Amino acid sequence: MKSVWLPVLIIALQTSFASAVVPPEVLEAEATRVAVVEKISRSTVAVFDSQGQGGGSAVIISPDGYALTNFHVTAPCGPAMKCGLNDGNLYDAVLVGLDPPGDVALIKLLGRDDFPAAELGDSDAAQVGDKVIVAGNPFLLAEDYHPTITYGILSGTHRYQYPSGTLLEYADCLQTDASINPGNSGGPLWDAEGRLIGINGRGSFEKRGRVNVGVGYAISINQIKHFLSHLKAGRVVDHATLGATVASAGNGRVVVDDLLEDSDAYRRGLRYSDYLSSFAGRDITSANVLKNALGIYPAGWRVPVEFIRDGQIYEANVRLASLHHVGELESLIEEEAKKPPQIEPPGPKDKDDQGQEDDDNKDQKPPRIQLPQLPGAAQQLEPPKLPPEVEKLYAKRSGFANYYFNEQQQQRLIDRCRQWKALESVPQLVIDGGDSLQHEVRIEDSAEEASLRSVRGQFFAKFDSLDTAGNGPPGSGGMIAAVHQWHKLLHQGREGFDEVFYFGQLPFGEGLQLHDCLMAIDEGYTTQFYFDLDSGNLVGMEHFTADDRDPCLIHFSRFQPWQSSELPRRWVVRFGDNAYMEFDVDKYTNAASTDEESIPAEDDAADNGEANDE
Amino acid sequence: MNKWLLALAVGSFLCVTNMTHAQKAVDLVSFGDVNRYAQERSVKIYGVGGLRQLEAYQSGVLVSAEGYIATVASLVLDEDTVTVLLNNGQRLEASVVGTDPLLDVAVLKLDTEETDFPYFDLTAEQSPYEGMRVLAYSNLYNVATGDEPVSVLHGVLSVIAPLEARRGSFSSRYRGDVYIVDAATNNPGAAGGVLLDTSGQPLGMLGKELKSELTGTWLNYAMPWEQVSQSVDRILSGDLGSAIVDLDQLPENPATFAGLGFRLVPSVVARTPPYIDTVLPGSPAASAGLMPDDLIIALAGMRTGTHVDVEKALMQVPGDQPVRLTVLRGNMLVEVELVPMNLP
Repeated sequence: MKSVWLPVLIIALQTSFASAVVPPEVLEAEATRVAVVEKISRSTVAVFDSQGQGGGSAVIISPDGYALTNFHVTAPCGPAMKCGLNDGNLYDAVLVGLDPPGDVALIKLLGRDDFPAAELGDSDAAQVGDKVIVAGNPFLLAEDYHPTITYGILSGTHRYQYPSGTLLEYADCLQTDASINPGNSGGPLWDAEGRLIGINGRGSFEKRGRVNVGVGYAISINQIKHFLSHLKAGRVVDHATLGATVASAGNGRVVVDDLLEDSDAYRRGLRYSDYLSSFAGRDITSANVLKNALGIYPAGWRVPVEFIRDGQIYEANVRLASLHHVGELESLIEEEAKKPPQIEPPGPKDKDDQGQEDDDNKDQKPPRIQLPQLPGAAQQLEPPKLPPEVEKLYAKRSGFANYYFNEQQQQRLIDRCRQWKALESVPQLVIDGGDSLQHEVRIEDSAEEASLRSVRGQFFAKFDSLDTAGNGPPGSGGMIAAVHQWHKLLHQGREGFDEVFYFGQLPFGEGLQLHDCLMAIDEGYTTQFYFDLDSGNLVGMEHFTADDRDPCLIHFSRFQPWQSSELPRRWVVRFGDNAYMEFDVDKYTNAASTDEESIPAEDDAADNGEANDE
Repeated sequence: MNKWLLALAVGSFLCVTNMTHAQKAVDLVSFGDVNRYAQERSVKIYGVGGLRQLEAYQSGVLVSAEGYIATVASLVLDEDTVTVLLNNGQRLEASVVGTDPLLDVAVLKLDTEETDFPYFDLTAEQSPYEGMRVLAYSNLYNVATGDEPVSVLHGVLSVIAPLEARRGSFSSRYRGDVYIVDAATNNPGAAGGVLLDTSGQPLGMLGKELKSELTGTWLNYAMPWEQVSQSVDRILSGDLGSAIVDLDQLPENPATFAGLGFRLVPSVVARTPPYIDTVLPGSPAASAGLMPDDLIIALAGMRTGTHVDVEKALMQVPGDQPVRLTVLRGNMLVEVELVPMNLP
């Protein structure tokens, strides 16, 4: 009998083996997926507050430890938090910058310069149906700091979610059916290749209790890219307003139904009942589309706008104003800080028949999850003492999340800028030059007075205060004051102003290229200085004489050696949509000294592309 | 293209070759195609509601070129006219053609003369199986507004099983098979959405929010497309009655509960469903075989969703003529005729 049965058995075994063979494509896909999860797990952060009472998730975006998370995750933590990585280590981290309306926070992990950073993706390239992966710390389960992985598809893109009871607004966000639970907040949303496309922060929970219901929202990484330099500035960053609202006019058109007359949009020509057709390169077909397009930019940004009136298309670059008053954001931060950590363990909450969360039972909080015992997580009450490593990197200042990082950024600009304090030994500056028609231009500036002589005439100002310089010369928007501030920056540096801080990157110039922007406040007047990202040169400035007026804009180019530094040969002065003056400098002179020094005589070779700073 | 999309593409290819009669599925080879196909046929419905826990919105799908829409019967449709937003953002009024209390399916008709709407084929035949990949399209949580595309969730058809569920203290009337899925499909506003296979063919309609009678957890399920299709047929055939129209002249001696010989469960809340409470022995109702717990669906061709509807309908029926009733008994529709006793 055995001799009969054995072959049969072997055949049966062979058959079952044959049917168990997995197609190579499937094995390959599995291996890829495992590799992707392995990669993204390294960059995913488990965030705990210093007391070990709450937390969330985050994701590392640079080897020096910068990591993105949610504002509402860091808010209860204060300036310090503990961050666990899947290498099993717990790192100190410090708060860097906050975007409260966008619910984004930038933190910095300390102790390494080789943190495993995520690769940033392109969230605008993501499409509905794309496979996505979520990594994070739901319900603070990651006691060993290994993230929980969930997966799903993109259920929607370019979603707009209204502020829910607070100022937190999710514009142009990604919607996914991957499980996002409390504790996933601040964690990464990845595409199938393991590129970071969003920061998970919100779900539609409503009556189902605070657990996943298949609808999670992530802040798009493309939005965060606009804000990143502002967050690195250690600032509390605000979102933007156009100064105009629109209403749907049918047929995919929107019409301006409200407009602030002191807005830049108004000054650039937008009027009540114009059709707004395009904003920042997006076709505007509904009020929501505009909210999405607008919500991804920080205050101060400039965007190209197209509008239609009487069949005529107009184009303009519009500067976006702050959405909130400074006080609003500060009080939001205080409010959020007071809230208890939001993470609660999962459990049946909605017990009544209607599925309504029973208000009477709300006080019966489920027991807290046992969190890992964190070093230094003593039971002290507020304010918790900052760990020494964090304390060194933290500076409290109104309007800033952490002013220490702003100082770092200022220093970065100063170190790279070859114009910085170039005129340190020149208290009385004389600039001689000529415009394109060879008319003489002569500017003199000192701490006390200034004059400007050109074909348009001569203009004097005394600087008892900046007020007295006003907007002169007429039509320039305040060129004489602008030159004064430029001279002051190059003569005294930061010390010449009441306050100087790094703002972040902003579009500047005709092509709206990004520049580092330094804000200088003096006697209540704001001057924005723009630095080229590549060369570090100070290539432009805008001096504001009033909030509701266009600034005097000066564009500097064709930098030439001057003493041990470089100064611009070409000055272009603009006010609003008009050019005011354009001239080439022949020499910069120190009037206080007898020995004249000037930039070299004009050399036409410089026209042939050497002056490439802009 | 990721592997999953590849699987989608392969799956859809197989389906296309298998179902030559489902002409509209041709060419849906990529997820993008399937998505476009599904979005064009999905609508957002806005009606009555907006109070706490009562959404004023739900989902629906076009099921004919003339603008008939299948959705769920719910309080959102209470006013008999609703606002429907098409995928392209077009806003149209629609009237409630009828509702099927058995499945809680409702049919709407767009208030338009257009006859070229894209639609899901009601006759599409499906062979769903446990473990198959599914997509759920709906405007859950009213996430999408205007011309924004509705949300899509993905999942697996976990099990095909009889619906044993309740809403509040009411058990679901439909007790037949439903498709239980592993994705959180049945959220507020999702009811009336569509469950598709990965080639874009309809498998079922996402039902109302219900909890399992066994576990008390929210169910994620869809009613089989075939059932929905039959339900739509019943509604369009007029079997389930049409809306009550206010008559200029009412009969002098209308029919009464006493004359017909039954009483309804007392109308204690607005929209109390018209369940029969008692049947008087020897009455026309008793002769016709009416029984307590029968739910009156239609009376003399008029749709009766509530206790009040039955009262209104009776007012329009002469008391000396036979009255036709459609009642729901268990999950069976029963037609009866009540003949008043004092007839000659």
